[in-house]
Amino acid sequence: MEARPKLHYPNGRGRMESVRWALAAAGVEFDEEFLETREQLHKLQKGKHLLFQQVPMVEIDGMKLVQTRSILHYIAENIDMYVEGTLDLLEMIITHPFLKPEDQQKEVVSMTQKAVIRYFPVFEKILRDHGQKFLVGNQLSLADVILLQTILALEEKVPNILAAFPHLQEFTVKISNVPTIKKFLEPGSKKKPPPDDVYVRTVYTIFAP
Amino acid sequence: MAGKPMLHYFNGRGRMESTRWLLAAAGVEFEEKFLESPEDLKKLVNEEGSLMFQQVPMVEIDGMKLVQTRAILNYIATKYNLYGKDIKERALIDMYIEGVADLGEMILLLPVAPPGEKDAKLALIKEKTTNRYFPAFEKVLKSHGQDYLVGNKLSRADIHLVELIYYVEELDPSLIANFPLLKALKARVSSLSTVKKFLQPGSQRKPPLDQKTLEQAKKIFK
Repeated sequence: MEARPKLHYPNGRGRMESVRWALAAAGVEFDEEFLETREQLHKLQKGKHLLFQQVPMVEIDGMKLVQTRSILHYIAENIDMYVEGTLDLLEMIITHPFLKPEDQQKEVVSMTQKAVIRYFPVFEKILRDHGQKFLVGNQLSLADVILLQTILALEEKVPNILAAFPHLQEFTVKISNVPTIKKFLEPGSKKKPPPDDVYVRTVYTIFAP
Repeated sequence: MAGKPMLHYFNGRGRMESTRWLLAAAGVEFEEKFLESPEDLKKLVNEEGSLMFQQVPMVEIDGMKLVQTRAILNYIATKYNLYGKDIKERALIDMYIEGVADLGEMILLLPVAPPGEKDAKLALIKEKTTNRYFPAFEKVLKSHGQDYLVGNKLSRADIHLVELIYYVEELDPSLIANFPLLKALKARVSSLSTVKKFLQPGSQRKPPLDQKTLEQAKKIFK
């Protein structure tokens, strides 16, 4: 029997969260080893477990995979235009807590604008035009999962961000009710909370030069 | 019969160059439509269904208008069998090319760094090349002793890495000095007939960004 995948990363969302979403949506149970100190990172690096000396790293099927996209691609077969576009937006969210406090509010405005002007209209139109539940191929795909992750993260900062997008609102409800995803959204799952000061400090401790 | 792929971008390397390399290495002839003014971009943006996220690169291929560099490259690599023979080989290729992309992104953005930061960014690129990326790939080649990075067969990983090596050499030719296997890979890939052709003057390969092209790009992409 295959062992469960093992995720190596600090105890927070960061660049590993999309991987957690993808595994959860696919119904794959996984374990996590949380990095809490610089020494742990060094141990991984010295032990030659990290191809580019960086995390995320996932042990899966006898491989030690690094690079978020390659991990997602391995789990999910198809990374396409929709996913790449959404990942661009998600990148802004991931880096947001590490901006200077005076820049953070400006960045929220910028993210919101990008979401509302560039990305959401595209997906709203796709859903409206085909009238199906899922973005692609009438079945759950990575595109649905990453878009939902991004919408929920943005709603934490801007609660009414979907006000002008009725199909995306419906999408959010429907995808959240997919059984594996519903489970992931319940308390006690491996889904991580929004980044807080403790998380930001931990990341600096581990990774700052 | 399907027409040739048509690449929409400005007349410079930017985010389209890796696609040019990959198509050329695969022996696929392609055409280019160059954006020369903000109006050109606006026209494409306003054309229904042309630019999904209102951005270029965009490649018309097999009846699709593909955007997002990675999606374009993934499609081409899969179509021309440059993406490994199975899901595990693909995972290795993905790991390697994402590392290449990380370093490539730093080099890509160097011309637009604020003047006060350019020196520091260049130093960082050199440091990461020498201490992180080149050693990682040298080690991969050493570990299996084969001619190519994955599966003993040419893949997109080799093409993207060799392209990157050329850019690193433009910044500082000495950086590759201590990496004999990388040098050998560069020579091997460069001598493939399709790549050799692409490396010659008169091909669709673009030169380093000059001031004029940079100004033009800034105007178009404001």
